[in-house]
Amino acid sequence: MPAPLDNDQKLARYAHPERLVTTAWLAEHASDPGIVIAESDEDVLLYETGHIPGAVKIDWHADLNDQLTRDYVDAEGFARLMSSKGIARDTTVVLYGDNFNWWAAYALWVCSLFGHADVRLLDGGRQRWIAEGRPMATEVPTPTPTEYPVVPRDDTTIRAFKDDVLAHIGTGPLVDVRSPGEYSGELTHMADYPQEGALRAGHIPTAHSVPWRRAANDDGTFRPLDELQAIYLEELGIRPGDDVVAYCRIGERSSHTWFVLTHLLGLPNVRNYDGSWVEWGNAVRVPIERPGYPTPTSGAAA
Amino acid sequence: MLPAALEEIVEDFRLSPKQMRLEMLLDYSRGLPPLPDRYADAPEALERVEECQTPFFVGVEIHDDRVHLFFDAPPEAPTTRGYAGILAAGLDGASVSEILETSPDFALSMGLGELVSPLRLRGMSAILARIKRQVVTQTRATADG
Repeated sequence: MPAPLDNDQKLARYAHPERLVTTAWLAEHASDPGIVIAESDEDVLLYETGHIPGAVKIDWHADLNDQLTRDYVDAEGFARLMSSKGIARDTTVVLYGDNFNWWAAYALWVCSLFGHADVRLLDGGRQRWIAEGRPMATEVPTPTPTEYPVVPRDDTTIRAFKDDVLAHIGTGPLVDVRSPGEYSGELTHMADYPQEGALRAGHIPTAHSVPWRRAANDDGTFRPLDELQAIYLEELGIRPGDDVVAYCRIGERSSHTWFVLTHLLGLPNVRNYDGSWVEWGNAVRVPIERPGYPTPTSGAAA
Repeated sequence: MLPAALEEIVEDFRLSPKQMRLEMLLDYSRGLPPLPDRYADAPEALERVEECQTPFFVGVEIHDDRVHLFFDAPPEAPTTRGYAGILAAGLDGASVSEILETSPDFALSMGLGELVSPLRLRGMSAILARIKRQVVTQTRATADG
């Protein structure tokens, strides 16, 4: 049975308020049956230094990604992971993490690839929970394994691959959520120190630069609905029916923006290009835009 | 070639099971010595390592051919602190030539790649590269002076 919804007024204005909970709600419902709290961080050791009492850890690299192929775990792997964390198919999963919930949003997106119905983000993440002086624990729970079904991953609805993006150029909004320096191509290499693992710098042609950070307040929470509408709908000109693709470097920051566009603004057709710049900036013969260089023609990728 | 202390740490990690390696990294993170006051009061004396995803600073001093290392990384970045702790325990007090001969590959043979994404592991070799460069610059300055 799904956990009750958070009726917080700010959340209620978003398109899908059932996808977020506040720290106050979580503090009240943390021990409810049917809820599993999971932490997903950039820093693989952060959970071990202290986490929300009762929370399990889901590691973006070791748990969600296949260790051989650059891809996510398969249906069996996902079922094993969920089972080992005590998550059943009808469990309400509340995700939170460091760095403005990048990896929590990424984990939520991966759970959505497998159609897990009730998965929510903690607004403000780890940062806000700690800032409010709420309890932390180092004790690691030992969940009772569940019978999680083996459900195939749907890569067609919210995930975009390189060829999808190539076909998407010129047909719909493309949102580059990296920093302005990465977008303009100033960053990728520094003398002697390959930084981002890409051979070419710049952005995918037609992409608009909207750094992910613009969707967040300083305390890690999402900005209110009207401010998000001003950025993505008015400034960027996205229309509700548009096919939208978001990307960053490896798909984590763009998961944050994917969450904003899909669940807060309620756009129905948003895909995350998880290959992102680490794939695009290394791929042979894909078109790239960079200030100071001629704009590629549409045939550049042929 | 690795200095003996670092060699020992690498072996310890290599021979430990995965979950244990994570805890060992956490121990090194907790054990990172605090900055001496002279650095705490003069943060500009430390060099920022840009390749790390979190603010991270390294300072190098050479006295009588022995290299001393000082690190600063925030507690909310325990992995980066863990790297620093390993380098502090494994390299502090090594000679100039030992530092310069340290192969950056050691991070790979510690089995950390399974715990930390390969992209993030670069931070460790980047820190070592900065240390070496500072050692070269400082020894050259001494030779010229």
